[in-house]
Amino acid sequence: MKLNDVPQHDSSSYGGHKKLLYVTTDDGRYTPSQSSGWDTEAYATQLAVQTLQQQAQQAYQQWQQGLLSPLPFLMYQARLDEAGLSQISGFWRWRIRRHFNPARYRCLPAAILQRYSDALAVPLAQLQAYQSAGHQQE
Amino acid sequence: MTFSHQQSAHCESGVMSSLLTNAGFAISEPMVFGLSSALAFAYLPIIKLNGMPLIAYRMPPKHIINTLNKRLGLAIQTQRFSNAAAGQQALDQALAKQQAVGLQTSVFWLPYFPPEMRFHFNAHNLLVYGKVQDNYLISDPVFEDVVQCDAAALTKARFAKGALAPKGLMYTLGNTPAEPNWPRLIRQSIKATSRILDGLPLPWIGVRGILHLANKIARLDPAAVKYNRLYLTHIVRMQEEIGTGGAGFRFMYASFLQEAATKLQEPLLHTAANEMTQIGDGWRGFASQLVQYCKAKQADTDFAPLAASLRVLAQQERELMQQLAAWSSSRY
Repeated sequence: MKLNDVPQHDSSSYGGHKKLLYVTTDDGRYTPSQSSGWDTEAYATQLAVQTLQQQAQQAYQQWQQGLLSPLPFLMYQARLDEAGLSQISGFWRWRIRRHFNPARYRCLPAAILQRYSDALAVPLAQLQAYQSAGHQQE
Repeated sequence: MTFSHQQSAHCESGVMSSLLTNAGFAISEPMVFGLSSALAFAYLPIIKLNGMPLIAYRMPPKHIINTLNKRLGLAIQTQRFSNAAAGQQALDQALAKQQAVGLQTSVFWLPYFPPEMRFHFNAHNLLVYGKVQDNYLISDPVFEDVVQCDAAALTKARFAKGALAPKGLMYTLGNTPAEPNWPRLIRQSIKATSRILDGLPLPWIGVRGILHLANKIARLDPAAVKYNRLYLTHIVRMQEEIGTGGAGFRFMYASFLQEAATKLQEPLLHTAANEMTQIGDGWRGFASQLVQYCKAKQADTDFAPLAASLRVLAQQERELMQQLAAWSSSRY
């Protein structure tokens, strides 16, 4: 890629930062150069983020309707899937799926919630507050 | 400690380049990347990222540090910790000795990362070069400038759990190398790369991995429109998004070849660098092609052109690697 062709498309996923690329000058010498984003890459990122947001939104609604515990919603918010949450929390996937059941979630002891709190970066008190039935509207 | 920060394209090669340069052995990031034979391609369907296969354009984490350590004789000292307090204490002690310390961390817990970039990736490398009160002074290779991070957050990032858990890994430089034997080192590293990319009897690695991916694309089910879009953009993300320096590290490797050519006065490597640049441009073009395909309102059901572009890239990489393999085995 030529120095003049370095894309500067201000991608939102860069959060105002710039990335370094190695590109060639007119005489073919390589030089490092900063890029503020590339539309092609941004499209791919946005599609992935959208998918996660949709999953989170869906999980949120199901939580509000009492069909799921808050864990799936929090999991998608932390950009994780079941496999990822399983690795980070150390729970087997079938156990995590059990904890997605709202009735079971309400009975979980603090020790287990603490592990979810560590994995998802959500304070323990908040996870415990979600356990009381009247606390579904945040 | 005086420490000069330099921005890099990739965290691991950036940390090593920065560490060595600050110790008085000036070495560029592409040189680090090339000398450690970090260029690769791997299609790993067993490892899933949000349900998608892992596609890697370089060797796995820690490969650069370990290989460079061996080839340049750096006597790198590494330490892991079973408890976080001991890890922080060891870090403070090393800093007190005026040493720059490399750390493996999880991006998710580093507060100076913008929220858009934070996700659970446990093999991010950074350098700590000082401490002011409770804040560590950090030279993070992918950032434009130095940053700061409080002790609690850094400890959390160092002891994150999950795949590739860092377990508090910290490393310091033992030796600064004397003037190494460049001709031998460069040949050795290029030979290793040519073997990784074109010489392993595994269908998922190197050029065969690229061809495997091309077959996967050709065989996508036209009915699964949503999945196909996610799958194709996933390839683009793996290639461009996560600290690759563009085109899945191909530009960085071309830069290495050019530097090596100048160092050894070797015209063949100059030609190879130009070819690698063209291959990199090809990968960028392939990414655009994928996204164009996904943006099209009427979903096209013919994946053959996409697979064909990828096969062209595979063929180009194979030819280049064969040239480089022949050169690196020749006498000098």
